[in-house]
Amino acid sequence: MKTLVIVDHSNNKLEKSTLNTVKAGIQLENVDLLVLSDSCKDICNELIHIKNINNIFINENDAFKNQLAEDSANFIAENFKDYTNILFSNTSNGKNIAPRLAGLLDTMIIPDVIEIVDKQTFKRPIYAGNAIATCKSKNKINIITIRSTAFEEAEISHENVGEIKEIGSLTTNNLTKYLNSELTKSERPELTSADIVVSGGRGLGSAENFQVLEKLADKLGAAMGASRAAVDAGYVPNDWQVGQTGKIVAPNLYIAVGISGAIQHLAGMKDSKVIVGINKDEEAPIFSISDYGLADDLFKAVPEMESKLN
Amino acid sequence: MKILVPVKRVVDYNVKVRVKKDETDVELDNVKMSMNPFDEIAVEEALRLKEKGVASEIIAISIGLSEVQETIRNALAMGADSGIFVNCTSKLEPLSVAKILTSICNKIRPDLVIMGKQAIDDDMNATGQMLSAMLNWGQATFASKLEIQDKKIKVGREIDGGIENIEVNLPAIVTTDLRLNEPRYASLPNIMKAKRKPIDEIKVEDLNIDIEPRLEILKVEEPKSREAGIMVKSVDEMIEKLKNEAKVI
Ligand SMILES: Cc1cc2nc3c(=O)[nH]c(=O)nc-3n(C[C@H](O)[C@H](O)[C@H](O)COP(=O)(O)OP(=O)(O)OC[C@H]3O[C@@H](n4cnc5c(N)ncnc54)[C@H](O)[C@@H]3O)c2cc1C
Repeated sequence: MKTLVIVDHSNNKLEKSTLNTVKAGIQLENVDLLVLSDSCKDICNELIHIKNINNIFINENDAFKNQLAEDSANFIAENFKDYTNILFSNTSNGKNIAPRLAGLLDTMIIPDVIEIVDKQTFKRPIYAGNAIATCKSKNKINIITIRSTAFEEAEISHENVGEIKEIGSLTTNNLTKYLNSELTKSERPELTSADIVVSGGRGLGSAENFQVLEKLADKLGAAMGASRAAVDAGYVPNDWQVGQTGKIVAPNLYIAVGISGAIQHLAGMKDSKVIVGINKDEEAPIFSISDYGLADDLFKAVPEMESKLN
Repeated sequence: MKILVPVKRVVDYNVKVRVKKDETDVELDNVKMSMNPFDEIAVEEALRLKEKGVASEIIAISIGLSEVQETIRNALAMGADSGIFVNCTSKLEPLSVAKILTSICNKIRPDLVIMGKQAIDDDMNATGQMLSAMLNWGQATFASKLEIQDKKIKVGREIDGGIENIEVNLPAIVTTDLRLNEPRYASLPNIMKAKRKPIDEIKVEDLNIDIEPRLEILKVEEPKSREAGIMVKSVDEMIEKLKNEAKVI
């Protein structure tokens, strides 16, 4: 039994969720890592310190710079067919590549796993997290994506643990071409791994009004999130969306401001340790899952809160 | 240009689903069913391509029991030209759906398949990518912008860090994200017209595909519930609780 964890990165910066995925992989035994990138060095410098892994396979190729699913899936299918488990993080890269790989290998993907019951049995949320399904796999190869908030990070040692080996060669695809990206720049912590998240909804009313929330977030060293309604209205960028079809977060503290608490939103944040709801409607569903609710106008409460924190 | 749009019948997004007492599934009796919202976005995008003169024909397809024909009718009422109903009584998972769609694509040869990025029942997010792999076509997942030029399609994709723009050769698979468009409502005359549009029926057995599920569902249970919280009266009380009780700031 061998387990391969695909290392997720963007612009050659290791995605932290990889560490959670490795932790899940260790439960399945014999973990090797695979880095596909145009420059693997910086990523590998971090990876060699992860405890309980075996090999770090790398393939450096300009084509991997933007991790097109066609290239990554072909490469993995050609070189790692003999593995029992192939794990991805449930990030936009993982969600893009893993099912394509499963299609190539004629195996049913097991997405968004939150618990490994045994080597062939996995738990995953369905219906926006309103139910949890336990699935027993009859696949020969399990291709799995891991919900990072459901697993701890793999342990790091001071020594070099993994051994780095080059592997395979890529025939680049002629189906898809990367053009460019418009990335949201931010000095704030990354949304999916932040300790505190401050999220705003339609109640904010405009892009300018979001500054009220951003001030609070900066005071708390928090990441910013949003409801779908706030993103759709163009108040904030799409990559802030938390929910069933956006990002899944589980910070120590989640502050939902001017968000009603639709099930699709709750699906993305209800595993947060402490939830705060601020909404002027005391009947708002957000209060039913809030540890601390405050029924008040956000334009009064949020600036007051910001000024009283030191 | 011919566009194929797969549509799935799912529990309506407004329904709060409940787990059955015997923990075998969620309660589906007497529950409102609708077209998966992401598939509505897919139908809408196909219609817009037809209105721009880029597409000439839109075919909606659904696989399942006879009820899924209602979902096909919805797509026809929105404006799709014809439907394909794949009659299938067994339980389906994305792998089997992708195999069935592959077989259909090989028959009717669409230039583009537009489909939802995920169905809001099983939340798999897989069928489009699997179908692209099986057909060896390019894939543009999580599309929030789409433009067709000659034999290529330019797509803006919603990714974790923002938007990524890629170019895919046709034929291709696109999976839709929420912000691609806002689907129209079917008008009454169009609902009437849709009744006369043709739906082809195919029996899944005739396709000779292995659709045996690979995942056996052992149990469906309620998620852990949270302990009830409290309402605070003021910002001061909120800060005090977060500092001294929850100890999170
Ligand atoms: C297929 C599908 C997928 C979806 N995916 C997601 C998803 O991933 N994430 C997501 O968030 N949603 C998602 N949604 C949308 C979801 O159903 C809700 O429409 C959305 O979450 C509502 O956002 P909101 O709470 O900001 O807006 P609203 O529901 O309009 O709530 C605004 C709230 O602000 C409060 N408010 C207004 N003014 C003030 C004020 N001055 N002070 C204090 N409070 C105020 C109001 O009382 C209200 O409760 C999805 C929907 C569908 C159909």
